[in-house]
Amino acid sequence: MKHTVAALVEDRPGVLNRVASLFRRRGFNIDSLAVGTTEEAGVSRMTIVVDGPEWVADQVEKQLDKLIDVITVEALTEDDSVIRELALIKVAARPDQRREILDIIEIFRAQVVDVSTTTLVVQLTAAASTLDALTENLRPYGIREMVRTGRIALARGAKTTAIHEHEDAESKRFHHESGRLPEGDLPFVSK
Amino acid sequence: MTKMTGADIVLTCLERLGVDTVFGYPGGVVLPLYDKFPAHPKVRHILVRHEQGAGHAADGYARASGRLGVALATSGPGATNLVTAITNAHMDSVPTLFITGNVSRNLLGRDGFQEADITGITMPIVKHNYLVMRAEDLAPAFAEAAYLAMTGRKGSVHIDIPKDVFLEEAEFIWPEEVSVRGYRIPGEASVSDVQRAAAIINNAERPIIFAGHGILLGDATEELRAFAEHGGIPILNTLLGLGSIPPEHVLSYGMMGMHGSYWANHAASNADVIIGLGMRMDDRALGRFQDMNPTAQIVHVDIDPAEHGKNLPTAVPVIGNVKHVLKQLTHAIDKKAHVQWLRWINEIRDGHRASMSVPPGGELTTQYVVSKIAEFAGREAIFTTGVGQHQMWAAQFMNIGRPRQFITSGGLGTMGFEVPAAMGAAVACPDRQVWTICGDGGFQMTFQEIATMVDEQIPVKMAIMNNGFLGMVRQWQELFYANNYVSVAMSQPDFVKLADAYGIKGIRVTDQSQVEGAIREAAAYNGPVILDFQVQAEGNVWPMVPAGAALSETIEAPEGVIR
Repeated sequence: MKHTVAALVEDRPGVLNRVASLFRRRGFNIDSLAVGTTEEAGVSRMTIVVDGPEWVADQVEKQLDKLIDVITVEALTEDDSVIRELALIKVAARPDQRREILDIIEIFRAQVVDVSTTTLVVQLTAAASTLDALTENLRPYGIREMVRTGRIALARGAKTTAIHEHEDAESKRFHHESGRLPEGDLPFVSK
Repeated sequence: MTKMTGADIVLTCLERLGVDTVFGYPGGVVLPLYDKFPAHPKVRHILVRHEQGAGHAADGYARASGRLGVALATSGPGATNLVTAITNAHMDSVPTLFITGNVSRNLLGRDGFQEADITGITMPIVKHNYLVMRAEDLAPAFAEAAYLAMTGRKGSVHIDIPKDVFLEEAEFIWPEEVSVRGYRIPGEASVSDVQRAAAIINNAERPIIFAGHGILLGDATEELRAFAEHGGIPILNTLLGLGSIPPEHVLSYGMMGMHGSYWANHAASNADVIIGLGMRMDDRALGRFQDMNPTAQIVHVDIDPAEHGKNLPTAVPVIGNVKHVLKQLTHAIDKKAHVQWLRWINEIRDGHRASMSVPPGGELTTQYVVSKIAEFAGREAIFTTGVGQHQMWAAQFMNIGRPRQFITSGGLGTMGFEVPAAMGAAVACPDRQVWTICGDGGFQMTFQEIATMVDEQIPVKMAIMNNGFLGMVRQWQELFYANNYVSVAMSQPDFVKLADAYGIKGIRVTDQSQVEGAIREAAAYNGPVILDFQVQAEGNVWPMVPAGAALSETIEAPEGVIR
């Protein structure tokens, strides 16, 4: 079972290492991991696809959330989210086959973004299964090289994985408290 | 605003955090920091003999006092020598701060002399770590690090500082408050979680409490007692939960787990509702997970949501600080006595006390020695242990009944923890007598800290249970590897002569009749003492849940072992 998890993380050195190290150590299986900027400066968004049973997905969320540099974590389901991936495929295209290939590309609503005398570079943004299908259809012509970004996802509708909205949802499970050192003069405030 | 050097900032931060002791070892890149120690006399530096000793001492200091334990090391080998101690503290959620120096910023990543990627190394074994690249970032990092170490689920935190950051000048600005947006500290549990938990507990006929280290870390012993008494619920302790309820309490049924009592393990296996409190459902406490009382409903109270459902399916996970949650639950549950259930456990206990008793007869056994030490030193003393047979016997027979009385390496199981941890505990609690129960194997891993104790006048009593074997490994070879002893017998130095070499008192005990006198003599001596108890060579720890077996398969004698 594949699970898509979105994590908002502090944009700091070492964050990717922390996340990768966590997955390695706990034996979680990453299908894909995509990292990029968000609407907020200093915050990056990781979209992680994990393969495993339900309890593993649950542990992935909780263990990720436990990392101090991870601000918020949310599971995104296929039904409630827009999930996309981008692929670039360099396919061999002999002049006599080029028309056939272009037909396939058109059916998938993919684009040709580079042409040489013997190859085409095809670009497609779609759900992972569509990318798989395109790949299979192009394979007989000879795929020279290919790259996929890994999934990225956003919740459908007005709902967001924003930092503050998530905290509201989380606070339903427990009440926050502030801590204080038994000695010393540092007031600890947890917002 | 006046500027100060990074080194002064670090020490000022420690002062502001109320840190009175740093266990450390100097080296090239931390020289600028050591240069400033004399200007900060409120922070006592204790020079250890090995960085691992510094780390375990900080750990023992924190466990004994509840305050932040701090260890300091130089770059490269100094830092990597801390790794075992950092992991040990982290596994047992002990609030500790580890500070390391590193090579100057322009040399980072160039594999220069004594460079190690220590933040890369410690990443999976700390709650959080920092590589501080600017002097102005030091104060916020220290404030945040202490905040993380001391709040929520406590743990170890590591700060790495390049040499030239110690020398760089910056303004010292102590943060007014610390707030980390990716970090939330659970306090009270939600009303709905408490209600769901209470409903299950109220319907239980055979409820049982597993009380763990969280009760001690969360200072919740009073709340635990009130909750158990109100609900008439028997209490079992994990190894690290010992001390959360005195053993003489009518609802206290002692330690569960691999070397827990027969009755505790059977009570755990026959309960219909399990209430886990501040414990992480560890395999040494629960045995084979899939056969850990699969029909019981589990209510699991923990401050760390990631512990819920990690090892066992949980009916009601409750996120919260166990101290608050126990108050909430005590209000929410019905007053009950569970007379039949307690009688059932009592009957099993009456029939199986023999396997949890000091062996009769005149032989000098570890069980006898540790029970005599406990009897003499009493509940106000602090006991630390290493790992292995002596640790289990200490857990079984030292009558632990006070929080922070028993200091032992639970999660990581670190041999050699005992001596430096005792040193740290004695520094934290100078008014308490500190005894360390050592194995002859573990003692030889870290006894270099005796020199530290001599220098700093730390009067730890070191009782070595000397059986000439790595006892627990030998026990397993005897029981599960057909008596095939491989690399478990070891020769020992003359421990009394060793004491002499350090200029401290050494006492050898070879017979039961000498035990009490030796304990008195050691306690009366003003300084560290080594007691060499030459105990029974091939005793086994019973009861036992063989590795991979269920708690219900607890055996009490070698005949029970199925090879």
